[in-house]
Amino acid sequence: MPEERATAYDSKIEGNVIFTRFDAALSWVRKNSLWPMPMGLACCAIELMAAAASRFDIARFGAEVMRFSPRQCDVMIVAGTVTYKMALAVKRIYEQMPEPKWVIAMGACASTGGMYRSYAVLQGIDQLLPVDVYISGCPPRPEALLAGLMKLQEKISWERSFRNQKPELAEKLEEALS
Amino acid sequence: MTGQELLDSLGKAFGSKVQDPTEFRGEMTCVIAASDLREIAKFCRDELSLDYLIDITSIDNFGEDPRFEIVYHLYSMPHAAHLRLKLKVPEEAGAVDTVSDIWPTANWHEREIYDMMGLKFNGHPDLRRILMWDGYPFFPLRKDFPLEGLPSEMPDVAFTKVTPLEGGPFVTVPSTATSKDREPRARPPEL
Repeated sequence: MPEERATAYDSKIEGNVIFTRFDAALSWVRKNSLWPMPMGLACCAIELMAAAASRFDIARFGAEVMRFSPRQCDVMIVAGTVTYKMALAVKRIYEQMPEPKWVIAMGACASTGGMYRSYAVLQGIDQLLPVDVYISGCPPRPEALLAGLMKLQEKISWERSFRNQKPELAEKLEEALS
Repeated sequence: MTGQELLDSLGKAFGSKVQDPTEFRGEMTCVIAASDLREIAKFCRDELSLDYLIDITSIDNFGEDPRFEIVYHLYSMPHAAHLRLKLKVPEEAGAVDTVSDIWPTANWHEREIYDMMGLKFNGHPDLRRILMWDGYPFFPLRKDFPLEGLPSEMPDVAFTKVTPLEGGPFVTVPSTATSKDREPRARPPEL
């Protein structure tokens, strides 16, 4: 986990200027505007809709924009039972999402196959996609989905995307600036 | 007309073709042969006004002969009475006449029976799988198909794997203990 150096500035001299790491700013922007791709397959989709509605309000976290086009989404919330028949379609939609992307497995069925230990149900969407956050419950309460979303936001805030994508450039800059 | 009267009229019209008429808790059942199915079905719909086909289901009596049974649940809206028709289908025959032109709802019920049990229906307009995908090689609700499934692969369409059952499916030992003690994580092999 990177530690942010204490940033200090005198607002009378420098105005509204903040110094921070590029990674921290990038992660802050990304985590506070996660547009979900709602892969609502079964009952968990109802709780997903409840989380998006006014009482539990996922819009507080910047995630009310549930675009059903994967090209415009950041996080895929797999909510519901993934049958083998649907599995490859879910994979195809995931591959159509642009980077950076994350996956939340909402509910028991998406995490591990749930109560359906049978011939027709994929035992967890993590057999096909890389899952970042698992939310347990059948279905999880909307507050649980929001807690999972907050955990994903925490995970994103730890990411050092600039450093990971351009390591040589980052090192050169650090050398030059030190 | 009550259910008993419906069954009596059916018996009077078809005589020995209606075998084994029984009554159980107000439910009327009779057994018919697969060759008489369409004749009897048309009579039921037209004369007895059994106009609503509630369900068609299939049973696999693995180890018995005939192996399969198909059960038709009929209901009469004008008379408000139910009737059940049973059909025994041996494994070698494998095909039964369709009733989807008599009751259109039979279309999907027969597709499901074909998908899950492998019984074909002669004259069905669109006999293909409805729950599993076309090309899936097994019939899942047969008794010789394991609960955890069999592996199969159809590239770009679907795949199946064997599910880890961990000693299941029913691992709860009935007792008055708490849930935590009643439900072990995996059933010990000696029980």
